[in-house]
Amino acid sequence: MKDVVITFLCMAILLYFLLGGADFGAGIIELFTSTKNRSKTRKTMYQAIGPVWEANHMWLIIAIVILFVGFPFIYTTMSVYLHIPLAIMLIGIIARGTAFVFRHYDAVKDDMQWLYNRIFRYSSFVTALFLGIIAGSLISGHIDTQATDFYTAYISGWLNWFSIAVGLFTVALCGFLAAIYLIGETKEAHDKKRFIKKAEVMNVAAVVFGAMVFIAAQRDKIPLIDWVFKSSVGLLAIVLASLSLVLLWYLLIKGKTKVLRILAGFQVTMILLAISYAHFPNFIRLKSGDAISLLETVGPEKTIYSLGLALLLGSVLILPFLGYLFYKFQKKEE
Amino acid sequence: MDDFIAARSQMALSLGFHIIFSCIGMVMPFFMAVSHYKWLKTNNEVYKNLTKAWSKGVAIFFATGAVSGTMLSFELGLLWPKFMDHAGPIFGMPFSLEGTAFFIEAIALGFFLYGWNKLNKWFHWFTGMVVGVSGLASGILVVAANAWMNSPAGFDFANGQYLNIDPIQAMFNKAWFSQALHMCLAAFTATGFAVAGVHALMILRDRNREFHLKAFKIAAVFACIGALLQPLSGDISAKDVAKRQPAKLAAMEALYKSEKPAPLLIGGIVNEQDKTVSGAIKIPGALSFLAHGDFGAEVKGLDQIPENEHPPVAVTHYAFQVMVGIGTLLMLIALVYFFNLVKKRSLLEQPWLLKLFVMAIPLGYIALEAGWVVTEVGRQPWIIYGIMRTKDAVTPMPGIAYSFYIFSAIYFSLSIIVTFLLYRQIKMVPVLYAKTESK
Ligand code: HDD
Ligand code: HEM
Ligand code: HEM
Repeated sequence: MKDVVITFLCMAILLYFLLGGADFGAGIIELFTSTKNRSKTRKTMYQAIGPVWEANHMWLIIAIVILFVGFPFIYTTMSVYLHIPLAIMLIGIIARGTAFVFRHYDAVKDDMQWLYNRIFRYSSFVTALFLGIIAGSLISGHIDTQATDFYTAYISGWLNWFSIAVGLFTVALCGFLAAIYLIGETKEAHDKKRFIKKAEVMNVAAVVFGAMVFIAAQRDKIPLIDWVFKSSVGLLAIVLASLSLVLLWYLLIKGKTKVLRILAGFQVTMILLAISYAHFPNFIRLKSGDAISLLETVGPEKTIYSLGLALLLGSVLILPFLGYLFYKFQKKEE
Repeated sequence: MDDFIAARSQMALSLGFHIIFSCIGMVMPFFMAVSHYKWLKTNNEVYKNLTKAWSKGVAIFFATGAVSGTMLSFELGLLWPKFMDHAGPIFGMPFSLEGTAFFIEAIALGFFLYGWNKLNKWFHWFTGMVVGVSGLASGILVVAANAWMNSPAGFDFANGQYLNIDPIQAMFNKAWFSQALHMCLAAFTATGFAVAGVHALMILRDRNREFHLKAFKIAAVFACIGALLQPLSGDISAKDVAKRQPAKLAAMEALYKSEKPAPLLIGGIVNEQDKTVSGAIKIPGALSFLAHGDFGAEVKGLDQIPENEHPPVAVTHYAFQVMVGIGTLLMLIALVYFFNLVKKRSLLEQPWLLKLFVMAIPLGYIALEAGWVVTEVGRQPWIIYGIMRTKDAVTPMPGIAYSFYIFSAIYFSLSIIVTFLLYRQIKMVPVLYAKTESK
């Protein structure tokens, strides 16, 4: 059952990155869209993500529940030492979630829209940034559970070059995913072009920030290069990601939207795999050199058994229903 | 502000905020389903408009409920890491099932809100029902988790170790049934009165009368059935508390000394220093009856409980008074309303009754919050009753006060915006729906 639970955890994190990420990305794209095109972008976006919006964010809740039920030590270590970035991310989630709904359901469309839009865009950016910062901090080895002063214990664990580089990289990936997603959601050739352009810009940004992540890793003495290039799976994943990048640019120019989405999702998955495979099942790397591993902190057997059962049962109920939701609201393309 | 106090305040604030939205998200889908059903059956456009108007409100509340809930699932760790280290694996079962229920709810809501004209009409109706049923299930499950904190079960505690963990037994602890029942009824009562009250106000102001009258009737029936059952379920809860948490019961009734038979206090000022209550009306023997079903039984007072295990008496007592006071009042309103229904008197000829409902708009929610204060403050100083103290569970990170200020500001602004949006939705009813209604 342990394996089932860990699989679900990884799946939930991945899906949150892909689906929730595309959702943050929509706000980020809007942030970098010229004023005259914004309302159009907004409309396309609403139609595209409105129906699946709530569902996309459930993956975060699933992941966090699996953590606190199955791996309480990991959950509480994160909560204590990454309290500040987690709180900021939560503020971002609250702000963008409510602004997104408010701007659509406000019965009177007036100056308030300006406020909702502002909040939505900036908080999308902040949320994605901090999501990345948190992910980066977990593997950065800066978290110090033996610290005695405030700064080392609660700040330097996440406020470092590597974490910030991962944060920016995440922002770019989210924007990229969203742009790819939106290309398929609009019918007008002009808009399609615009989103293609955006996807290209975000892709370039991702490559640049990706390079920054490596540089920061060198600087902070994080063996990222070893992880990626010395393990065969890491290497394979990064090769596949690069190959799909080439293919992606080609398809982008051709405007093949359906395959593009799958490819973009695949690419991001490969990147995550490359970064995380080598130190799996270690979830948090500590300054002391130790690591907190999923396998070693796993909760009591009965708990894991019933958690696994609940997840399996849940997915039997959820997945067909969810699949139908995506299917039903995406048919307009044909 | 002390970090510990700040953490407690932030937890209370977040939960107090979340509960309002989650109750609406739990109950409104049922109101909508009734109205939707009537539309499908009668083809009366008003019901369709009503369903749509309500669903917009629900979308706003649902989103706010969802983000505040997401917040909570992190806050448990951000504020109470040492509690979660041990409690997570034990009381996690309802949370993991709840995850499933939320997920289904979120998917069904997607279908419901965006499915007009896209889905088979009965399938569409069904998705609305699914939203309601899974919302209700989530409510029951999360309350079962809370009940575990009141009545720990499913593990053996020896030398500070939590052994032989059994999450299923933990979920079906002794308190889950009485708490979940009372909570669900409270959700229907509070939301029902709030919705009925708003529509009553509109009827009094003579706006879109047919629309608001239909809305009022649907909400009022749910509200009144809830209000009639609530005292019965409250009685079950009280008997339960008397058995499992005598300290809480004593604090609820400010019973400093054990008495046989014990009187029920109505009102009264508690003096925590002198351990006395002044100015209360006493109903002899009533507390004995409430707690043990026997007018002569002895009720344990705080004198039989070690001083360092006393909950704050004044807060618990006042909160209990508020809840029971409002509960009684709402039950009376419900009786009057049903009397009117039986006599087939027209509501429009009885503006006073409508005014009563308008007055009751906030009451259910006040009772609901008060009830939670009774439960949570009455459990103090324990976070897991009899096992772990709240102060031993708090995060080591200093500066929680700032976090509390920031989140207070956020919740405060969100409340203002949501109220404002709702006001606008209601104000726009004539513009959005008047045309179709006059046809
Ligand atoms: C509309 C709201 C509402 C109303 C009218 C009432 N209650 Fe209540 N009460 C709640 C809403 C609530 C609640 C917020 O839902 C609580 C908090 C925890 C729980 O399970 O339900 C609660 C808790 C609660 C408890 C503590 C349970 C525990 O700690 O396990 C008792 C003893 C009562 N109630 C008793 C009553 C009585 C005798 C009422 C008589 C009229 C009453 N309540 C009306
Ligand atoms: C939604 C209604 C609820 C409200 C209004 C509420 C209110 C409160 C209040 C007032 C406190 C502070 C008590 C004090 O410090 O004196 C508190 C604490 C707490 N509550 Fe609740 N509560 C609710 C439901 C829940 C549920 C469902 C859970 C868990 C499943 C929960 C878990 C906690 C925890 C962990 C604390 C902190 C520890 C403590 O003070 O005992 N609460 N809550
Ligand atoms: C008595 C207290 C509570 C009740 C009755 C309750 C009930 C609900 C309900 C019915 C929803 C669905 C949202 C809606 O329909 O608006 C919801 C949302 C949520 N609640 Fe609570 N809840 C309570 C306390 C808590 C606590 C203590 C936690 C976390 C530890 C929590 C976590 C969540 C989460 C994560 C969501 C979002 C799910 C979504 O996206 O739909 N809730 N709650």
